[in-house]
Amino acid sequence: MFEISEINKRNQKTQKLFQILFMMMTVLLIMPVVAILGMLIYKGGSIISVDFLFSNPTNGMTAGGIFPAIFGTVWLVAVALLVSVPIGVAAAIYLSEYAPDNWLTRIINLAIINLAGVPSIVHALFGVGAFVIFFGFGTSILAASLTLAIMTLPVVIVASRESLQAVPLAFRMACWNMGATRWQTIRRVVLPNAVSGILTGVILEVSRTTGETAPIMFTGAAFFLPFLPQSVFDQTMALSLHLFVVSTQVPGVPEDLPYGVALVLIAMVLIMNSLSIAFRMYLRGKKKW
Amino acid sequence: MTAGNTKIASDQYDRRTMDWYIDKFMQLLMFVCGISAIIFIISIFVFITIEGLDFVIHDLDIGEFFTSQYWSPSDEDDPEYGILALIAGTASVTGLAMVVAIPFALGTAIYIGEFSTGKKRESLKVLVELLAAIPSVVWGFIGLSIMNPLIIKVFDVPVGLNVLNAGIILGLMAAPIMTSIAEDALKAVPDSYREAAEAMGATRWQVIFKVVLPAAKNGLLGAVLLGVGRGFGETMAVLMATGHSVNIPHSIFDSVRALTATIAAELGETAVGSPHYGVLFTIGIFLFLITFLINLTADLVVRGVRKG
Repeated sequence: MFEISEINKRNQKTQKLFQILFMMMTVLLIMPVVAILGMLIYKGGSIISVDFLFSNPTNGMTAGGIFPAIFGTVWLVAVALLVSVPIGVAAAIYLSEYAPDNWLTRIINLAIINLAGVPSIVHALFGVGAFVIFFGFGTSILAASLTLAIMTLPVVIVASRESLQAVPLAFRMACWNMGATRWQTIRRVVLPNAVSGILTGVILEVSRTTGETAPIMFTGAAFFLPFLPQSVFDQTMALSLHLFVVSTQVPGVPEDLPYGVALVLIAMVLIMNSLSIAFRMYLRGKKKW
Repeated sequence: MTAGNTKIASDQYDRRTMDWYIDKFMQLLMFVCGISAIIFIISIFVFITIEGLDFVIHDLDIGEFFTSQYWSPSDEDDPEYGILALIAGTASVTGLAMVVAIPFALGTAIYIGEFSTGKKRESLKVLVELLAAIPSVVWGFIGLSIMNPLIIKVFDVPVGLNVLNAGIILGLMAAPIMTSIAEDALKAVPDSYREAAEAMGATRWQVIFKVVLPAAKNGLLGAVLLGVGRGFGETMAVLMATGHSVNIPHSIFDSVRALTATIAAELGETAVGSPHYGVLFTIGIFLFLITFLINLTADLVVRGVRKG
């Protein structure tokens, strides 16, 4: 009575078939990461040295190092974070702690999705129109960083909101019952319990900001500068734009140079990302509630 | 509200202590930051419109703009502002990217969400996330320096920077995002659905095909739409891998030029306020409206499933 019938056998076979098909798709999708990393290390690994990382480009960017580009990227990311983290975390607090379930909240959520979905080059146009021309910052670190900050704001908001909402309601209720105001509850109870989750979002944003190219092309990043930026009103070189420049705009670049730049860029991005992921997993394991 | 502060409360019968003011002030501050996303999205539209307005009023011929395939905005005597070829470029690359990305993204999402568990599932998700993190300029560089010679060699064509190259690159870029959204959509299907089907004697595959996929249909559609939006707006990778020649493609081995890439390549050469400068911002307005529409539709589609 409980023998495997023909139809069951056929079903089992289909199942096996599709499982293998989907597994192969997954492998094919993930393989490029490994292949690309391998290729970049293979072709660009030899050029990476302390000298490459800490000296200026020479001979019209066909030789020398990439220090000004790394330095500029750190500047751009730092200024962008100074703007987007406070605004993003505050927005997340509003959405998680205050916002009622109404049309305004729906529009805010829609705006966040759209802010993340607007093409990066449109953000660049906005940066040019608003910060470079209208506010008169010129092409500067400030204009470029503000553009980056607005572009990556959704990353901070979404990650922070998620970790704020993960704090149990009972924590808040206990605090309210002690007579604390809403803000005191947020400041003393909710935020301390969510801060590490917010931090993973911030690391993720650093990684995103590091790799962006289009938004800074016309707002503050320069192809080549003989000096390091002195203030936020100076232009700067940036690693992502430098990769674009040495691989398309400059003739006579030795083959391993762009591979080296790409390797440094992708290493910075992936290390940040892995850090964020590892941190998230560590937190999930540690969570007490 | 300030019951803890009984002294002041009983002295004045007034709840407006310092803490009360701080509380109200912070609530206002959080609210302002909360609506900042709306403010930013509106100001993006306003500022690119301001810069493009002069061109739209004085020089734009809407019919010619969308139907002419001649794009030579820097010609001093007789500039041409037709973006048909650019739209065709963007559409062909995005289309091919979706052909590449949709099956792989859905297949991977099903494998991660329905067939794998525990450690394997976690590590696959991490790998997909890392794939999504690779910056677009690095993808462009890969198209330029790895895919380009590969395509020339394998297909024996003169130029390797074409629709095929950019389509594959863009597909690989869009797939991870689509995978994670699609996986969320699968996860949103209640386990009781699966249990009910399995209790009826359905195999894993039958459960997925007959129960889970139909239930997650809207979420999956939303994932695909967001992938389309992403492909549509991609700039650096498309700029570097398409070959960047204004052309309505007849095969996947033709070089094309995308809308986004045109802005990126030409904005630096134009004088502020010139018609050329204005037309680039007009393309920007067009891109903004299209992606807005795609995102709005995706949101409505996904919301539909939550209600049901």
